[in-house]
Amino acid sequence: MATLTAKDFKSDQEVRWCPGCGDHAVLASLQRALPKVSQALNYDKERYVIVSGIGCSSRLPYYMNTYGFHSIHGRATAISTGIKVANPWLTVWQVCGDGDALAIGGNHFIHAIRRNIDINVILFNNQIYGLTKGQYSPTSKFGAITKTSPYGTVEHPFNPGSLVLGAKGTFFARSLDVELALNEEIMTAAALHDGCSIMEMLTNCVIFNDGAHKELSDPAVRADHTIILRHGEKMIFGKNRDKGLVYDGKKIRAVHIGEGGYTLDDILVHDSHADNIGIHMALAEMKGPDYPVALGVIRDVKDITYDDGVRDQVKEVMAKASIHSVDELLHSGSTWEIK
Amino acid sequence: MQHKVIDTNDVVIRFAGDSGDGMQLTGSLFADMSAIYGNGLSTFPDYPAEIRAPHGTVSGVSGFQVHIGSDEVNTPGDFCDMLIAMNPAALKANAKWCKRHAMILVDEDSFDEAGIRKAGFKTDNPFVELSVEDRALIVAPITTMTKESLKESGMDQKSILKCKNMFTLGIACYIYNRPLDPIYQYLEKKFSKKHPEMIAPNRKALDDGYNYAANVQAIPNTYTIEPVKSAKKGTYRNITGNQAIAWGLLAASEKSGLPLFCGSYPITPATAILEELAIHKSLGAKTLQAEDEIAGICTAIGASFAGNLAVTTTSGPGLSLKSEALGLAVMAELPLVIVDVQRGGPSTGLPTKTEQTDLNQALYGRNGECPIPVMAPHSPANCFWAAFMAAKIALEHMTPVLLLSEGFLGNGSEPWLIPSMKDYPEIKPPFATGTLAEGEKFHPFERDPKTMVPKWAIPGQKGYEHRVGGLEKTHEGVLSTDPANHAMMVAEREAKIELIANDIPDLVVKGSQNGKLLVIGWGGTYGHIASAMHDLWDEGVDVSYTHFDFIKPLPRNTETVFSAFEKILVCELNSGQFARYLRGRFPQFKFDSFGKVQGQPFLVSELVEAIKKEL
Repeated sequence: MATLTAKDFKSDQEVRWCPGCGDHAVLASLQRALPKVSQALNYDKERYVIVSGIGCSSRLPYYMNTYGFHSIHGRATAISTGIKVANPWLTVWQVCGDGDALAIGGNHFIHAIRRNIDINVILFNNQIYGLTKGQYSPTSKFGAITKTSPYGTVEHPFNPGSLVLGAKGTFFARSLDVELALNEEIMTAAALHDGCSIMEMLTNCVIFNDGAHKELSDPAVRADHTIILRHGEKMIFGKNRDKGLVYDGKKIRAVHIGEGGYTLDDILVHDSHADNIGIHMALAEMKGPDYPVALGVIRDVKDITYDDGVRDQVKEVMAKASIHSVDELLHSGSTWEIK
Repeated sequence: MQHKVIDTNDVVIRFAGDSGDGMQLTGSLFADMSAIYGNGLSTFPDYPAEIRAPHGTVSGVSGFQVHIGSDEVNTPGDFCDMLIAMNPAALKANAKWCKRHAMILVDEDSFDEAGIRKAGFKTDNPFVELSVEDRALIVAPITTMTKESLKESGMDQKSILKCKNMFTLGIACYIYNRPLDPIYQYLEKKFSKKHPEMIAPNRKALDDGYNYAANVQAIPNTYTIEPVKSAKKGTYRNITGNQAIAWGLLAASEKSGLPLFCGSYPITPATAILEELAIHKSLGAKTLQAEDEIAGICTAIGASFAGNLAVTTTSGPGLSLKSEALGLAVMAELPLVIVDVQRGGPSTGLPTKTEQTDLNQALYGRNGECPIPVMAPHSPANCFWAAFMAAKIALEHMTPVLLLSEGFLGNGSEPWLIPSMKDYPEIKPPFATGTLAEGEKFHPFERDPKTMVPKWAIPGQKGYEHRVGGLEKTHEGVLSTDPANHAMMVAEREAKIELIANDIPDLVVKGSQNGKLLVIGWGGTYGHIASAMHDLWDEGVDVSYTHFDFIKPLPRNTETVFSAFEKILVCELNSGQFARYLRGRFPQFKFDSFGKVQGQPFLVSELVEAIKKEL
């Protein structure tokens, strides 16, 4: 098998996102991650299928030189599920936006997670409807002023992480569009995870919601307002790597190491493989000003996948059953002869 | 009283009771054993939407009509020769279906004051109130006799009462000289694994019912219905329409060599297809019970893209939910079978009743210019062939195909001469094959000039990477809003569907090949219209008949057939949807419409009357 490069995954189509849109960075990350995934798993390029719904980010399949399906609003997850069940040998990637996956497609999203179908979902979260030009989305902050909420929204947003973990998701990771290396890292981890992998990408919409994630992405504050979690490593963050997360017996707290009696030994070690979903939920829900926002792979646990379950059941029933052809089926049960 | 055994060619029996009384089971057992006996047969379950409506009320009455004959039977029969009513409500709901000389068997024990009141009778004599007091009434204490029969069985009272239907079936078996062996076998099979203790009591109730009927003096005559003599030789089975659709799809999967994938959401009256497919994993069928109707079709579209024979099954309201995704399948030009087992509408409508009111939705219910082939099976057993053909057309013409079944067909059953799969045609999808040259790209919408069908490249095929989706594209698969390209693609997608006419059978006209009046029907009305035609021909009326299994595209000889008649009468279970479609296609002909929208099949008698009016 020839070694694949990022170039192999680029299609000849002109990329039509706005200049400065965060989606460009995610696309570049994916084109860099897939050669690594292919190397690690010994996958050929024709094995990849990229599925999307509707929205700015959902144009992504056209920019990838793989099999692709640009479907309809909200339904990408159902289409991905069908592809994977029909042919588990294929490796299915899905791109969708916050409106696509969490509003119109919310039902399919939670059920794909519940079933633990082995697909890799990149959820572009820019907290706005971009393609329809600036209406609030299910992740827009409470009070967000948009074209359809000129006086501010009066509804709470979803935290995609809580939704995924609430549906007993087996893999949840989060990154920022500008964190290219981290994007590649979580995409590779998602590919290696058997089951439904959800990657939330906090992306910036330069036109309709510029700076939505500024508190996280601004280089001046990024290190203090985010924490990159890695399995087996201590949960340390801050420009000077002097802050960390501890458990005080009741809840997680963000502390300065060396202050208030906290030493390096008190800092929690991230266990993304822990079965207990509570700690992952707490990490996924952290937000400022009291906490850094967690990036990286927050949860990555093993469980049976839906596609394996379907395939194994078919095999098992086939081995036991007495009917192996349609002719046998038609003659099964009560029949009678007219001579 | 002189007991007579009467030979008859034809008998219609209607079983009716509370929806918990087991009348559907009793009726289908009676049908199955008549089938095994070799009678011609047609059945029609008529049940309420509520699983257990209030006990003893008219709204909770569930019925099952069986028509058996010593000749081919085309319909479940308009009116019954025997009504079995387990309570006053069942009598009230069904008395109108009794023939003038019908026999009526009732459970005397249920005709107490409370029972009569619950059924909403105004007097204390339901028989007089319904003007059926002059029929052959058999008033049997079925509840008391069943209790007596099973008093030493060790079962509790509730379980004993559940065997009432077996006692009743025993009576019916005596009256119509049915052999009991097939029921014994059924009981063995049903209970031997989990409840072997239930076999003996059920069997005893059946036997005691039979013996009660033989001993009691209340039954004037018994009947024999000889097996069909003219039937074609071969092995037969009884089959319902829903089962036949599931099996037809499995047959198409086998013939095409493609695994079957069914993504569906439960909905009355289509659910049995999903259930049936779920059983047959041994034939490689994968079923996915989706989170909703939309996911049902979308998982199927995904499976189709990945190279499976993909299917989604539903009923009217579910088809509405699937509309947008249907458009996607049209645009992506992927094979897909959509089964709509029609029920009474609009909205939730009459979920358990039958109609043909989704035709407009099937033909037009999508945004944009969005042509989809529409087919309709014409009898329960014909559902097998129709489902097979729907899959064959979908796979060979790279298109979604809508199969419009009906509740009447899905739940109804008839005997079926089992075909051999070697007599069924091959299915050959237009797979993209061969190795592409270096730098050469696969063009997903480049068409075969004769059929306008594009090639099918399945993910996993090296070098054929391409993108499909809902946006308009060029032949090369590149996004395009070019006006001329859009107009061309719209015309090509329509032409692709119309060209399917080359692969479907011509219309067959029964009766004179030209004349004054041509009667036409489509879908599940076949049996009733055919019976009406036989009645008319017996009277010497000159009228012809043709039936449409294919609605879009229409058979190639449609115009020729129409042009041979002065007038055309379209009979359908809606208010004229097919007639309007035909008027649009053939403005040069005169189409009259005879429609019925009552949630019930046609009566042969009303068809005869309507056709006579046209002459």
